[in-house]
Amino acid sequence: MTTLVPSREDVTAPHGGGPARRPALPVSAAIAVAVLAGAGVLSLLVGARAVPLEAVWDPSHPLHPIVQVRLERTILGFAVGAALGLAGALMQGLTRNPLADPGILGVNAGATFAMVIGMTALGLTSMGQFLPMAFLGAAAAAVLVHAIASLGRDGATPMKLAITGAALTAGLASWTTGLLLADRKTMESFRFWQVGTIGGRGFEVLLTGLPFLVVGALLALTGARLLNTLALGDDLARGLGRRTTRDRLVIALAIVLLAGTATALAGPIAFVGLVVPHVVRSLVGPDYARVLPFSMLAGAALVVVADTVGRVVLPPSEVQVGIMAAVVGVPVFLALIRRTGRAL
Amino acid sequence: MTVTIDPPVTAPPPTRDAADVVRRARRAPIRHHRRLVAGLVLVVLGAFAARVLLGDYTVTIPDFVRILGGEQIPGATYIVMESKLPRAVLAVLVGMAFGIGGAIFQTTLRNPLASPDIVGVSLGASAAAVSAVALAGWTGWPVSLAAAAGAVGVALLVRAVAGDHGGFRLVLAGIGLAAAMQSVIQYVFTRVDEWDVQLVLRWLTGSVNGVAWPTIGLLAAVLAVLLPATAWAARSLKVTELGDDTARGLGVGRGRTDLLMLLGVLLVAVGVAAAGPVAFVAFLSGPIARALNGGRTTLLAAGLVGAVIVLAGDYVGAYAFADLNLPVGVVTGAFGAPFLLWLLARGPTGRRAA
Amino acid sequence: MTATATDRTTARLEASALTLGYTDTAVVRDLDLQVPHGKVTVIVGANACGKSTLLRGLARLLRPRSGAVLLDGEAIHRLPTKQVARTLGLLPQNPIAPEGVTVSDLVGRGRHPHHGAFGRWTSEDEQAVAEALTLTDTIGLADRVVDELSGGQRQRVWIAMALAQGTDLLLLDEPTTYLDVAHQVEMLDLLAELNVRRGTTIVMVLHDLNLSARYADHLVALHTGRIVAEGTPREVVTEDVVRTVFGLDNRVIDDPVSHTPLVIPVGRHGCRQAPTATQENR
Repeated sequence: MTTLVPSREDVTAPHGGGPARRPALPVSAAIAVAVLAGAGVLSLLVGARAVPLEAVWDPSHPLHPIVQVRLERTILGFAVGAALGLAGALMQGLTRNPLADPGILGVNAGATFAMVIGMTALGLTSMGQFLPMAFLGAAAAAVLVHAIASLGRDGATPMKLAITGAALTAGLASWTTGLLLADRKTMESFRFWQVGTIGGRGFEVLLTGLPFLVVGALLALTGARLLNTLALGDDLARGLGRRTTRDRLVIALAIVLLAGTATALAGPIAFVGLVVPHVVRSLVGPDYARVLPFSMLAGAALVVVADTVGRVVLPPSEVQVGIMAAVVGVPVFLALIRRTGRAL
Repeated sequence: MTVTIDPPVTAPPPTRDAADVVRRARRAPIRHHRRLVAGLVLVVLGAFAARVLLGDYTVTIPDFVRILGGEQIPGATYIVMESKLPRAVLAVLVGMAFGIGGAIFQTTLRNPLASPDIVGVSLGASAAAVSAVALAGWTGWPVSLAAAAGAVGVALLVRAVAGDHGGFRLVLAGIGLAAAMQSVIQYVFTRVDEWDVQLVLRWLTGSVNGVAWPTIGLLAAVLAVLLPATAWAARSLKVTELGDDTARGLGVGRGRTDLLMLLGVLLVAVGVAAAGPVAFVAFLSGPIARALNGGRTTLLAAGLVGAVIVLAGDYVGAYAFADLNLPVGVVTGAFGAPFLLWLLARGPTGRRAA
Repeated sequence: MTATATDRTTARLEASALTLGYTDTAVVRDLDLQVPHGKVTVIVGANACGKSTLLRGLARLLRPRSGAVLLDGEAIHRLPTKQVARTLGLLPQNPIAPEGVTVSDLVGRGRHPHHGAFGRWTSEDEQAVAEALTLTDTIGLADRVVDELSGGQRQRVWIAMALAQGTDLLLLDEPTTYLDVAHQVEMLDLLAELNVRRGTTIVMVLHDLNLSARYADHLVALHTGRIVAEGTPREVVTEDVVRTVFGLDNRVIDDPVSHTPLVIPVGRHGCRQAPTATQENR
């Protein structure tokens, strides 16, 4: 069973203390990069129309424009996937909850709702305007869910967090629908975006969001040590001398930036943040100094692969990446519930 | 062991006082319940009247009676017969179905969070129905059958994942499956060629608008079978409430409980088939009815509360905003979620042992 | 130690080569037990020895892996649940009192096995409930809400419910666990009275060995799923048996009040005070 509590050895000797059966770090990294590259190339070649390899680097090839379009999509997929994978790992570490995910805990729903307010009530139109709304919404949702779930003697248990997140998501979905009904033309474009899609977004959109993703990622990577100590329990962490509140806020900020931007760019995609950290942990161990960067790589690969599969599974139409992520993610979620059942 | 009391004789019959005490003690909660049901029936009738007679276009009672009699009053007849009356009737039927179905779940599973709209059963019915309608072009009673199949399928899957230790695992599994069903529904929308908002609103949030009389008739007919069956099966509910072991000891085995749950699932399924997964009605009705009944479970009151919620929700949705016709699901979702959050904030989410 | 000949012929409930378990491992192995009719039988043993499992098997809550539980000679699992419920009453370990339920309502639910498919509440039901409440001395609590009662009162109410069921046999799984000593004794006295007044056969699992010895007519000592000793308390509660079953060094003396065996544990630090002169001379 994947363990979320790193042993002393793993924490103090991150670069060699793992059990012998795991591949060594450079090997894992090489495999991850290779998988990523493979996913990327596959994404360029595969689709409603298969494209031969030459079209990728030969600008004069008649199918090159298709590759251009797919390239935009692939890069967006990498960015969004990395952000979601990373955000999920951060959430699971911060809340010590194996079932945490920006979709499940309502963070994506908050970002979505805020953006729709922006679209309908405030008349915002550009990504640069959407992003601050998304951050606001994500932050508000995270705070609300955590505050409510923390009430009561046992605090924010995984169970309470999940239900509070589900309740908030359902409520916000209703309010969002209400807003959209007042603004019909937004609803039409919304029904595709709402599902979570990386197609047809355009490069400028990505460029606007990229700085926030980078900042979020950097903040996150500095939080690895904190997450390792947090895994040992709040009291122990404080005893080991970290300023936990400030550091936790930094991580929370990273989550908001990552999940908020990803949602603004591609719509709410759930389950990536849930599945990726578990897979990564089972491969590289519980040390967050490894889990975080690998979650980025794995998340990026997962989203791009999901998108590629979605393009070919039901021709001639396309199944959006958000739906594919759910198709993969829900069985994993159910399996995780069975496994960790007693701890809940 | 020595026991120093009289040699064994049959115990003296309890005094008349004791039997009287018992009779009086039993009567009080029954009376309270009867008064509650009577009160709720009045509220339902009042809400029904308000829905049909008031609003943008007021209809007087004499006119209403004449319209029912078949008279053609210009303007009024159309609005009443084609819009207000079907919506109101459907609201009552759907509200009862969801209210009772939800209360069955919450009582049998001993957890107010284990409501069919939270554990994905309503959404399962909806996903199956919308797939049948939008992808396969079905209409009429096959859609209801598909909805029932979807609901039962999800219920079985949730039960399988949760195993025999229901409780929290069941609720979490339900949340996961609800998300999955939501994805299915959203996928179907992206496949729908025409931009049909009504379809979206019905199957994603629930709406009593735009439903034809034959469908309503079908729902009424099915409920005419399911409700009496539920009333009969629910007699063991009072025993099921006491816990699995005690229930078994009193002669209520697993089979009975499963039958009751199946009826609950079917009630929700037919409600969804007619009006979509109207959010939170199933979840809210039971607890509200129970709070009004001194904490004691009551299916009948839950059904009536459900009817009131849907009627009121539809009324608010239709008239709260000037040029906006919000479907009832948006209204119940908008109010239901904060209530659920409040419930979570308030305290423990399960029953405690004796 | 075997039961006497008279008990065997009048045993209505018995286990025959019974094996019970929850997953792959068997908790109760190949066990034979005849519950003597009209007597109080107590099952004792250390934690996880299978005593609760055995009771649950007898109560039809667990399906036997092999062997059978027989009620009046028939395999209990083949009998309709309601019919069994009219003969066998059960008070499980953690009964759940629904919110807002009154005492008379709860006790009334014990009459369920006597209601047919369309059963209505009759005066016979009323009598049964009144009698149950009187016997357990809870008649004064009839319209109180069960949640608001004290632990001891609540336990009496649950017993009243089992009584209202009007069964000849009553099975109780650790009925005294969450009660303080005074209430434990009160409860056991009540059960003893029941046994004498109504002739109800009682089978219960108790964790307190001394109370078991005091109140049992027939004592069954379990160890890792098998019966180690069975018979009257005097026959069963010996230093050897206690050592085997509980792994406890002990002395057994005569209880000065009830003249049943009393177990005195011998621990490593049992004697913290220096003995006084009078004690030394004893």
